[in-house]
Amino acid sequence: MIEIKDQAGTVSERKAMKAGGEPMGTDDRDPGAGATRPTAAAASSGAGFALFPHDADLGVHGQGPTVEVAFAEAARAITAAVTDAPVAETDRVTLDCAAPDRDLLLVAWLNAVIAEMAVRGMLFGRFRVRIEGTQLSAELWGEPIDPLRHAPACEPKGATCAMAEVRREADGLWHARCIVDV
Amino acid sequence: MDSNRLSRIDDTTWRLEPSGAMRAPVVIYADEPLLRGMDDKVLEQASNVATLPGIVGAAYAMPDAHWGYGFPIGGVAAFDPTLGGVVSAGGVGFDISCGVRTMLTGLPASAVEPHKATLAERLFAAVPAGMGRQGDIAVEPAAMDAMLEGGAQWAVAQGWGEAEDLARIEEQGRMRGADPEQVSERARLRMRRELGTLGSGNHYLEVQVVAEILAPEIAAAYGLRRDEVVVTIHSGSRGLGHQVASEFLLEMAAHGMPEGTQLPDRELACAPIASPLGQRYLGAMRAAINCAFANRQILGHRARLVFGELFPAARLSLLFDVSHNTCKEETHTIEGEPRRLFVHRKGATRALGPGHPDLPEAFRQVGQPVLIGGSMGTGSWVLAGLATSEARALSSACHGAGRALSRHAALKRWSGRKIQDELAAEGILVKSPSTRGIAEEAPGAYKDVGAVVLATERAGLARRVARLRPMVCIKG
Repeated sequence: MIEIKDQAGTVSERKAMKAGGEPMGTDDRDPGAGATRPTAAAASSGAGFALFPHDADLGVHGQGPTVEVAFAEAARAITAAVTDAPVAETDRVTLDCAAPDRDLLLVAWLNAVIAEMAVRGMLFGRFRVRIEGTQLSAELWGEPIDPLRHAPACEPKGATCAMAEVRREADGLWHARCIVDV
Repeated sequence: MDSNRLSRIDDTTWRLEPSGAMRAPVVIYADEPLLRGMDDKVLEQASNVATLPGIVGAAYAMPDAHWGYGFPIGGVAAFDPTLGGVVSAGGVGFDISCGVRTMLTGLPASAVEPHKATLAERLFAAVPAGMGRQGDIAVEPAAMDAMLEGGAQWAVAQGWGEAEDLARIEEQGRMRGADPEQVSERARLRMRRELGTLGSGNHYLEVQVVAEILAPEIAAAYGLRRDEVVVTIHSGSRGLGHQVASEFLLEMAAHGMPEGTQLPDRELACAPIASPLGQRYLGAMRAAINCAFANRQILGHRARLVFGELFPAARLSLLFDVSHNTCKEETHTIEGEPRRLFVHRKGATRALGPGHPDLPEAFRQVGQPVLIGGSMGTGSWVLAGLATSEARALSSACHGAGRALSRHAALKRWSGRKIQDELAAEGILVKSPSTRGIAEEAPGAYKDVGAVVLATERAGLARRVARLRPMVCIKG
């Protein structure tokens, strides 16, 4: 079974998915939608994330009206795999990465997030992603890990190419999925 | 898994002949119940591995095999560089040189039992465990290079451990051919404060008691005595290895193989061994193996210090330290001819049989200790490599119990606090920064490790020597 969480972290069945997130950036079929949309508008965007089972590891799934939102939501899924506790947005981090195609860009992006978590000892609760061609730039907001408060359940090691897939599905939303080794 | 898709060779050997793009057969070692319990993905993934260029023998799956990414976990495959053979970052995995070390304490369980709670507290304080718990060792750039070159030998030279430990570590604690220059700045940054840390997930430090001896003569050679206490550590190359794997996986996926090469799964990303990318990966991966050797050496040293404080008469000696996520260049006899092959073991333990020239003198007569982690509740095993394993699976054996349930399913089924209480009632103290992590690693989430090691023995891969029961478990 797949659980989807909306921006407020509410668990719901996939079919009953709540809108959420803070849709940002552009869909490459929609070059005019580059600006961050207001949160109120996001409420009906279909953005959300999920963790799905994989034998020893975890699958992460982000979705949204744009590729960028789907990527941001997939990163939120990684945070959800680590902790159930809220993550404050006290620190801002920026990162860039690149890959030759969209599926590999998802893997590169999630690996970059995982590396920032490890190097800085932080958890991130909000992400803003921009993609131009094969280049991705992002802002991440989060806070240093507090082992007692966050009680991390696992330590993401890296995003894999296994089941890595970014595509627009029949629901009109972009979906970004891959397996993360934990 | 549907056994009808396979030919049954004997009670514990199943074979799928090559078809389509497969260049070699798949051979699975398992008894029928274990085989039935395996996901069909194991066969699919092993079949994919069998399509890779230069594969020699077969794509093997051990009795604990389960669905991985690219390669199955519990997978073994060897490649010949002279036949265009490949090295695969996904075939080694993210936790490069993840492995197990077991140390003998010489203490009877009755001496440790009254101090178990204090021992658990002190070990939990001494060994940083879980995400966000940094170590107190800051590795400066010059030291990082030396560590990546020197492995456990470097750690011992820094004062973490004893010189005699080195003979009891695979490769004598230093993997030759490491090329620290291939380890990125980002990978070094991830390791700067992680040396001497346990990690998370299924990594652990356990105090265990030898509950049962099945091969007395081998146990005697290993120094294992019933009712005595041992310490077992399961950890790896930490963030450095994860970063090396991540970077090379992407590079191999994008540019690893000549244009037009079709791989059935992108996670099988690989490069010809003889190519510049293949050589760069091997240099970086070997450096990460040294990182894991150094890390487990430091963790073992810390356990020694804690035992020394509580039990001044105790002297912890290393039984063995062996990895289960590597690609190593080894000589194997194939159809009567010795050949240099690059053997990927992903969730599989090297298991050298008696008489093998690479064995330390102490194990030359009885075979290499093969250290098998179980779960918090069901215990672990020490096996001994068998000479028959060379022909059956390139001297390889299982590495653990293998998961029966995903983390997701485990979390739905169990409460971490309840598991902790139930295990405490059985005399097993579990310390972890996360009760959710305990639930994800619940004993019931794993297969029966006893069945796995029995199948391993019946398949001629390794022989059971001793069963270990946990007393204290420090989980990341």
